[in-house]
Amino acid sequence: MTTERLKVVFAEALGLPAEKITDDLAYNSIKEWDSTAHMILVAALEDTFDVMLDTDDIIDMSSVAKAREILKKYDIEC
Amino acid sequence: MTIQIDLTGKVALVTGASRGIGAEIARVFARAGAHVFVNGRNEQTLQELCSELGGNAEPLAFDVCDPKAIKEAFQKLFKQTKQLDILVNNAGILDDALIGMVTEAQVERTFATNTFSVLYTSQYGSRLMQRSSRDSSGNAKGGSIINVSSIIGRVGNHGQAVYAGSKAAVIGITQSLAKELAGSGIRVNAIAPGFIDTDMTRTIPEDKYKERMSSIAMKRIGTPEDIANTALFLASDLASYVTGQVIGVDGGMLI
Ligand SMILES: NC(=O)c1ccc[n+]([C@@H]2O[C@H](COP(=O)([O-])OP(=O)(O)OC[C@H]3O[C@@H](n4cnc5c(N)ncnc54)[C@H](OP(=O)(O)O)[C@@H]3O)[C@@H](O)[C@H]2O)c1
Repeated sequence: MTTERLKVVFAEALGLPAEKITDDLAYNSIKEWDSTAHMILVAALEDTFDVMLDTDDIIDMSSVAKAREILKKYDIEC
Repeated sequence: MTIQIDLTGKVALVTGASRGIGAEIARVFARAGAHVFVNGRNEQTLQELCSELGGNAEPLAFDVCDPKAIKEAFQKLFKQTKQLDILVNNAGILDDALIGMVTEAQVERTFATNTFSVLYTSQYGSRLMQRSSRDSSGNAKGGSIINVSSIIGRVGNHGQAVYAGSKAAVIGITQSLAKELAGSGIRVNAIAPGFIDTDMTRTIPEDKYKERMSSIAMKRIGTPEDIANTALFLASDLASYVTGQVIGVDGGMLI
């Protein structure tokens, strides 16, 4: 389940309504989540959760569910 | 009219700042009020420079050839300051050889130090700058990446294919990143020094040294300060509309 906090960050960074942010929403599957938006999203996640993500994790962040899984590695539950 | 460049409140990282051009850039930035992280491989040497610079500098020792060490250094910067405004990619080595005698190890070491490092520090540096590059009203405050290339990277030279290649690549990286990062308010420029009085040029054989000197129209060797002053300009708001440029600082040298 995509929780509220993660949803808000994704929605704001990608400029989408919160209801569009589902677990299976995938990178590059919609025009709003292209590579430029991806870097904006990464900055927003880093700001919100106060982490600096590894390059490999940025590249691996292929869906909302995957983002949550990656953040878990940094001890962030969201 | 007096123009004073004020970098108060800015955070800078200068690679290869233990001596030569990098050390002078760190001095000039610190004097202008910036907080400067000085890099090199030897903590002790960096500590000495920091003592000279007072409270405005601190060491950040890592080997620019090691991507993992670069990542860790930026993580440290992230934790400590959450801010980076100026990144100077200056660390570099010179290792000449005729093409028939170039070794694999030499190619790898030269490109790892002079070129690949610029990609990795720019990757982490620009991300940090993007985060700190907006003021409270959301306007881009901007950052400045300054890459130290070389006149040799622009025009090439006998016996310097490896060095020239590594420095020409820095120009390509500069021009590409200038385009990619302009939207985030980050300017990316390069300086192409000519013949500058540092450890790097002091080991050159006497005949070669004389030949180089006679190729300089201004008839003097450049000083690290000549380069540092250009870096100061590029780091400052005076250069707020300058990006993607390669500024030759070479006294009119012809190779
Ligand atoms: N001098 C010239 O005439 C001239 C002309 C054109 C371009 N340049 C360029 O200007 C830059 C500075 O040159 P310089 O003349 O000041 O040279 P230098 O006096 O030899 O200093 C080189 C600096 O780079 C650092 N460095 C080298 N390898 C490093 C590594 N793997 N990791 C971290 N730091 C490293 C050294 O620090 P440690 O050894 O303490 O680690 C030192 O601080 C270089 O990129 C050079 O190619 C110089």
